[in-house]
Amino acid sequence: MAMAGKRPPRRPNLQAATRVVNKADGAGGASTSKRSLGDQWRAYLANHRRVARESLQGLFKVWLASAMTWLVIGIAMALPTMLYLILSNASTLSGDWDGKPRISIYLQESVSEADGRGFAQQLLADELVVAVDYVSPSAALAEFTQRSGFGDVLRSLDRNPLPAVITIEPGVSQTGQLKPLVARLEAEAMIASVSFDLAWMERLFAILDLAERFVTALGGFLALGVLLVIGNTIRLAIENRRAEIEVVKLVGGTDSFVRRPFLYLGFWYGLGGALMAWVLVGASLVFLSAPIEMLLASYQGDFLVIGLSGGESLLLLLLGSGLGILGAALAVGRHLRQIEPS
Amino acid sequence: MIRFDQVSKRYPEGREALSRVNFDIPAGDMVFLTGKSGAGKSTLLKLIIVMERASQGQVFVQGTNLNRLARRNIPAIRRDIGVVFQNHQLLFDRTVFENVALPLTIAGYQPREVGRRVRAALAKVGLGDKEKQLPIALSGGEQQRVGIARAVVNKPSLLLADEPTGNLDPGLSAEIMNLFEQFNQVGVTVLIASHDLALINRMNRRQLLLHEGRLLEDRPPATLVATDLRGGL
Ligand SMILES: Nc1ncnc2c1ncn2[C@@H]1O[C@H](COP(=O)(O)OP(=O)(O)OP(=O)(O)O)[C@@H](O)[C@H]1O
Ligand SMILES: [Mg+2]
Repeated sequence: MAMAGKRPPRRPNLQAATRVVNKADGAGGASTSKRSLGDQWRAYLANHRRVARESLQGLFKVWLASAMTWLVIGIAMALPTMLYLILSNASTLSGDWDGKPRISIYLQESVSEADGRGFAQQLLADELVVAVDYVSPSAALAEFTQRSGFGDVLRSLDRNPLPAVITIEPGVSQTGQLKPLVARLEAEAMIASVSFDLAWMERLFAILDLAERFVTALGGFLALGVLLVIGNTIRLAIENRRAEIEVVKLVGGTDSFVRRPFLYLGFWYGLGGALMAWVLVGASLVFLSAPIEMLLASYQGDFLVIGLSGGESLLLLLLGSGLGILGAALAVGRHLRQIEPS
Repeated sequence: MIRFDQVSKRYPEGREALSRVNFDIPAGDMVFLTGKSGAGKSTLLKLIIVMERASQGQVFVQGTNLNRLARRNIPAIRRDIGVVFQNHQLLFDRTVFENVALPLTIAGYQPREVGRRVRAALAKVGLGDKEKQLPIALSGGEQQRVGIARAVVNKPSLLLADEPTGNLDPGLSAEIMNLFEQFNQVGVTVLIASHDLALINRMNRRQLLLHEGRLLEDRPPATLVATDLRGGL
């Protein structure tokens, strides 16, 4: 650009301060372009660190209000997390079962082992039967003793109360298709009773599946709630800093520069909320696990209530901070554009 | 540096604030923009920093046609323009230092460099000892000077000021004008909107006189001196 002739760009007789101001580069040049990319990158990172630190400090400065927001987010996130844990524990409980139906046939006491095995082989001929497993009364007793811990009681009896059992693995899994087979078996003279455990298992799994969907839906709703809470909190923060935003835009702050503190704010809200949820879930588990374990021990040996794994905890925190950033981004996108210096 | 080519500005509600304004300010010049209240001075300055867009005609700043400027490129233009606006002054919850440092932080300077430049700029406006204070603890004139320090701290090639001496006493006004003159002497192009005619006339600079949105007169400094001399005879 051509300088207007009248005055030279610099004159020697300026005040010392002027010289300091203009020592580094000639007056007026776009000084930004004179710094190396590395310097600019470092300054950019430094700005991120500073904004992250300052926004967190800002939250602690009004710690009571921040704690309330964190608690609201924490509760909203703890609820589906708890339900998720209940479900995953329930799945562990029913995990022994591979999802295929089993038909258990209890033989009459009078049936000898040889006859029982022969009968089992006959059953294999049925096209609906894939595999059979004959368990003799003594084998059944041994297994029961080992599994239940009631060995002493059983040993004190003078005879084995358990019948021989044939377990059938059918080739189909629909209850309806198996009904004729079950009816035929019940008619056999050798058989004392037939237990067909599919129906309630099917129901249990249907219930678990339903519960899973319910938790997913609830989680979705509550995530939306978290987004709204954070979005609204950020909107208020934007409104409070309106003057600052105008000045920053006036002196050439880019959109991303203006956005940055609010995104970090959302991040801290989300992360803090997730931490709060983590603590709430942990505390509830401590509170609940002893009675649950006692209850389940009375049914089926050892059971340990499983808490959140390291990976799941990390996921919770990531989810929280992600929701925070997203909520902030939505609020910022809606409101920041409207604030222009005027 | 700044060129207006048949520029008109009509606000959505209201009459034309500027109509068919033409002028060209070369780099390194110092120019006053005068005119009655409502003449369109602030509007003209707002067009230069793209706070408003021209309704008709073209505005060029450093060769860039602002009419064609995409929204995302506005910040880069503003970073090379220092502005002293009466109503966009200081952030009252930040110290003087932080206020002045803002343009440097935005431009991405290292903290050490920021400190050096902010202190130099504050020394320049005579507030070297006030950097830790909050603006609320300063007088009106001192606040105005903090605003000027912020406007020049990034060494812009163009300095705009809207009524920079608005409510200051004559002594302080002269001091501030003197500051602008010093910046101009190191090559900064300066455009000042003011209706303090007595002060402007003493400065003996080019004047753009607006009247109801029209550029009524574009007086170079020499003519002004001649007029003054004649008036004195
Ligand atoms: N945002 C706006 N919306 C509508 N009209 C506006 C707006 N800003 C300014 N105007 C009108 O445009 C005209 C020029 O206003 P401008 O602020 O540019 O005048 P000015 O010369 O700066 O006046 P002053 O010396 O009082 O600051 C006025 O008639 C004013 O009412
Ligand atoms: Mg004005």
